[in-house]
Amino acid sequence: MTTTRSREISIRHQRGRLIRDTLTRYVVGLGGVAVIAAVALIFFYLLYVVMPLFKSADVEIVAQYTLPGGVGSVTTQLVIDEQREIGVRYTQDGRVLFFRVSDGKLINDTQLTLPAGVRLTGFGHGDLAKGLMVYGRSDGQAQVLRVVFNASYPDNVRVITPQLEYPLGEAAIVVDPNGVALTHITVQQGEERSTIVAKTADDRLVMTSLILEESFMDDEPELDVSYQHLSDDMEDIDYLLLDKDQQRVYAASSDGEMNVFDVGDHEEIVQLEKLRLTEIGTTITALKFLAGDISLLVGDSSGKVTQWFSVWDINNTNMLTLIRSFDVGSQPVVSLVSEPYRKGFAASDSAGRLGLYHATAHRNLWSGRVDSDAGDEGQSGADIKSMAISPRADAMFIESADNKLTVWHVDNEYPEISWSVLWGKVWYESYESPEYIWQSSSASNDFEPKYSLTPLAFGTLKAAFYAMLFAVPLAIMGAIYTAYFMAPGMRKLVKPGIEIMEALPTVILGFLAGLWLAPVVEQNMVGIFGLLLFVPISILLFAYFWRSLPSRITHRFPDGWDAALLIPVILVSASLALWLGPGLELFFFAGDMPGWLSNEMNIDFDQRNAMIVGLTMGFAVIPTIFSMTEDAIFNVPRHLSNGSLALGATQWQTLVRVIILTASPGIFAAVMIGLGRAVGETMIVLMATGNTPVLDFSLFQGMRTLSANVAVEVPESEVGSTHYRVLFLAALVLFAFTFMVNTLGELVRQRLRSKYSSL
Amino acid sequence: MGKDIKNWFGSGSPWVWLNAGAVSISIIMVTGLLALIAIRGLGHFWPADVAEFDYQQRDGHQVNLIGEFVSEEQVSIENLRAAGHAITSDTGHITRHLIKIGNRDIGGLDFRWVLEPKIEKLHYPPTMMVFERREWGNFYGYIDSISENDRLIAQGESAWAVLQPQLLRSDALYKKIRAIEKDEIGAVNAAVERLRLRERGLELEGNKDPAIMVDIVQQRKELQQSYDLMQEQLRLLYEEISRYSVTATAMDGTSLTIPLVKIVRAYRPNDMSVLGKLGFYAGKLWEFVSDEPREANTEGGIFPAIFGTVMMVLLMSVIVTPFGVIAAIYLREYAKQGLLTRVIRIAVNNLAGVPSIVYGIFGLGFFVYFLGGNIDQLFFPESLPAPTMGTPGILWASLTLALLTVPVVIVATDEGLSRIPRALREGSLALGATKAETLWRTVLPMASPAIMTGMILAIARAAGEVAPLMLVGVVKLAPSLPLDGNFPFMHLDRKFMHLGFHIYDVGFQSPNVEAARPLVYATALLLVLVIVALNLAAIAIRNRLREKYRALDN
Repeated sequence: MTTTRSREISIRHQRGRLIRDTLTRYVVGLGGVAVIAAVALIFFYLLYVVMPLFKSADVEIVAQYTLPGGVGSVTTQLVIDEQREIGVRYTQDGRVLFFRVSDGKLINDTQLTLPAGVRLTGFGHGDLAKGLMVYGRSDGQAQVLRVVFNASYPDNVRVITPQLEYPLGEAAIVVDPNGVALTHITVQQGEERSTIVAKTADDRLVMTSLILEESFMDDEPELDVSYQHLSDDMEDIDYLLLDKDQQRVYAASSDGEMNVFDVGDHEEIVQLEKLRLTEIGTTITALKFLAGDISLLVGDSSGKVTQWFSVWDINNTNMLTLIRSFDVGSQPVVSLVSEPYRKGFAASDSAGRLGLYHATAHRNLWSGRVDSDAGDEGQSGADIKSMAISPRADAMFIESADNKLTVWHVDNEYPEISWSVLWGKVWYESYESPEYIWQSSSASNDFEPKYSLTPLAFGTLKAAFYAMLFAVPLAIMGAIYTAYFMAPGMRKLVKPGIEIMEALPTVILGFLAGLWLAPVVEQNMVGIFGLLLFVPISILLFAYFWRSLPSRITHRFPDGWDAALLIPVILVSASLALWLGPGLELFFFAGDMPGWLSNEMNIDFDQRNAMIVGLTMGFAVIPTIFSMTEDAIFNVPRHLSNGSLALGATQWQTLVRVIILTASPGIFAAVMIGLGRAVGETMIVLMATGNTPVLDFSLFQGMRTLSANVAVEVPESEVGSTHYRVLFLAALVLFAFTFMVNTLGELVRQRLRSKYSSL
Repeated sequence: MGKDIKNWFGSGSPWVWLNAGAVSISIIMVTGLLALIAIRGLGHFWPADVAEFDYQQRDGHQVNLIGEFVSEEQVSIENLRAAGHAITSDTGHITRHLIKIGNRDIGGLDFRWVLEPKIEKLHYPPTMMVFERREWGNFYGYIDSISENDRLIAQGESAWAVLQPQLLRSDALYKKIRAIEKDEIGAVNAAVERLRLRERGLELEGNKDPAIMVDIVQQRKELQQSYDLMQEQLRLLYEEISRYSVTATAMDGTSLTIPLVKIVRAYRPNDMSVLGKLGFYAGKLWEFVSDEPREANTEGGIFPAIFGTVMMVLLMSVIVTPFGVIAAIYLREYAKQGLLTRVIRIAVNNLAGVPSIVYGIFGLGFFVYFLGGNIDQLFFPESLPAPTMGTPGILWASLTLALLTVPVVIVATDEGLSRIPRALREGSLALGATKAETLWRTVLPMASPAIMTGMILAIARAAGEVAPLMLVGVVKLAPSLPLDGNFPFMHLDRKFMHLGFHIYDVGFQSPNVEAARPLVYATALLLVLVIVALNLAAIAIRNRLREKYRALDN
């Protein structure tokens, strides 16, 4: 090869080397940063999923037009369909108008046919989720109707067609046999039974029950109509409500008096109570049900909306109780409407203020003036005459006094969560008092989800507490012995043994705890408690006995192997305790200690309880604390202990007063990290507890922890729903807690390391 | 003597003994646990003797029972009397035994409890026969006859001699049937599904090319033909296999006819010699690790779980090793050592302590729904709305566990790199090597034992973690393995079975807990052995490493 050629190759080769070097630097840099970033991503992703829970609602005006159907009629009810395409307007004079939501174009205008001389005198609605409406007539009869929205797909494009239906028949139903005009009316329809309740013009409260009876003779079910009379002197009644289970009638007057009737058995109607809903002087201006028809929402003239439901008090009476109140403004509340499927509602006052609220969370999600975004400057105080919320709570109709209909799109996905819901006591419907409850789902649609993280956090801390109670003494004492007194030969066996203990999968520990330990402990409970006493005593007895043996014998065993000597001693004393157990149990507890606990001491006993979890999780955590403590004690500089011994202290005194004090930061760090591990443990808790979210510190009761809850509920929750996000929040809480605890431990350990290098 | 004791306490010696006791207790607990799992796990496969006895029930009736003794417990007489038993004994406790009586199709329950004093005439008849069946659990009874298509071939004792070769033949036929069903028909099904997806993909694109349509129709026809052929083959085999059946008498005198195809094994435990039992034991052990589960995971083997665990762990180690090593190299070699690296080290150590369920939920939200959902939109729109990657599967599970174990690898590699003396690096650089070359040729090879330790520890941790997997891809029973003979051969979107999850599921969510329990112990034993082996290997490597570097320091 010529010199130039070889130099060429050499230059190329050198450039290649340089390129490889730079490339490596970038790849490694990128990879390193990426991995570390991936790890940070976890925290930020969890935060990203959780953030929407605490956002307020967003509203956007999408359309505004004159009220379809003209200004001549008074609106009694507005309805939006689920797809936000079709709107329905019911008027006082019996017109049912269908129109397009996007531009208000009228699709259909139906007029209710009435016989000659009969007027419409009243209007009411039933379950809004079903869309039931009822018109009361001047002849004491009523017409029940509703609109169904039929979806069809010609040419693969969705077309929604509204249709008027008469669920109880097209013929008018007699409500008042006396034929007096019905001024206030309401209706509910069930599977077998339908009820119409009305107040007549002569101040009577009457009811019609229509019961579907299956006849044995023919296949046609018969309608059994009966008329009931509730009361005679209902002169002031302005609000009439019937719940969807057709059990309670609520009749309230403007000046704040409420009458409650039990109409569950239509043959025996009882007036349950009469109470004031507002203070004297304050009038009721709106009365509606919250979704589910258990809670009442009362809007009054002082600008407040209050929530009431029935509560069983100590005397075992069922009373309507004030639960919470919401401030709309200082002007009287004019309009109140509930979301059909969630426990939320909208309220507006006479000053044009509108607010979106969630009852359970006691949260105001949005507040503002109606006319502020209208685009019509200078138009003030556009009074709200009527409102409607769509089934998915994602749209609203607002009819204002200037005969305009405004369509809003509402983004209010997660109203059920607030700080008080997550961590405080909440008074849930039908409960006797505010409680901490976690109950995220149930079988019915009317269910009020209960998202309190307090029972779960409490369970986590309880499990960790019992685990540390078992683990910390054993681990620290064992580590002290291993680091300071144990012979090196034995240490070489014990340390790998402890590492294997650490490596055991927790799923195996959990399964042994649930399937083997729990029944054994339940069977031999006296024996297990006896172990606590027998084993330490037997160790001390053996130690004393060993001391009194002649040195000829004791010197045959190498120094520092005491732990091995104790193994047979402990085995024997444990067996003794377990063998005596059944006899003692028979003597003291008639053979069944768990039963004695439940019956005599009123301590509830669960087979899988905190004791089992404490033992098992303690077993899992011991190696963590053990190895770190052992490291800390082992690394205390020798000259410290040598100096102390030289000054005449015994081994034990040196240990307690010099070594442990010096190593105490390391021991503290070890306990912190062990605590972090105990808090995050999932499988053991899943298998060894009853997974009941109870707030009970008892040793014999189970618990549910944050981690087990996440593991069980996430696969079954709807992606992106409130439940899903709350579970992410639980994971975030776990993450933050263990991160904090571990960082504290790490910082302490690092400072300790630097301190030792200076010693 | 009191003063002596006081002095003794003052010297601190009793406390030392108590501390030693703590170590002993820990050692006892660990060994006890391993022994418990080993005994219960290994004992499951030994063919137990089958007893026959008369038993007086609570209502006074005398019945004839046949079964295996499984376990026993002490019950107090109080509780028994409260339950309605008539007890004459005076002592406080009575032993009661759990008997596996099998014959679930006759009796409804596999197991029952019997009180010891009420057992009479206990004996172990040598002609007692056990059938291990594909459904309804074990059968215990005496053989009557064997028939072929309702024609009696042999009766009584001679039937037993005919039974064994017929069972072997039936087993071979069954394996052939399963091969056709699973492999061949499975391949046809996979091809049909690919065709359907291709068609839907063309539809979404709006491609209506008639030539392609004709081609698709043609292929479909061909597939249908081969399917019909296989169906015919199967029909003949089924006919062949269901020719033989055996009639036997159960404990209450019921006579049951069982087609041979439903029987996996038949044996006479009371008649077996120790050598025979050992052979049987080995056979069952082999079946345990190589066969598929039967009867809702309470019988059969756990091969799919072993395969799933191994495949997931392999995938995970392939992902985690390069990334962990690169991150550690960056931390130690390239990044400026200072506050930032200290913070990063603390953060990495912390992440080793974060609960595994948090990784699981992150994996579910980010990998499965976010990444997987987007991948589906981009690459698999024709399968929508059925998700391909937007659902838990083995790829996401491996990624999640890789994220979980990356700190372990980083820390181990970091430690390994820190032990390499600076002199070596500086020497290499002084001789003119670039940093990359120093890294690649000098540092990394020296750190490779540490890297391997890290990898082994990561694998050991991943093999035992169950909580995150419950959210990102493990199932109770997977119909097929993630690796099979159909294109694309490695199905990263499939769900898989896992040893740890198998323990949880079979132990706690099984319809027949008593029958499942021994299998759970056996699976736990397998898992513990694997993990202990991995950890011992890591410890051994680490010790050798320490020795090597001690020499280097000097």
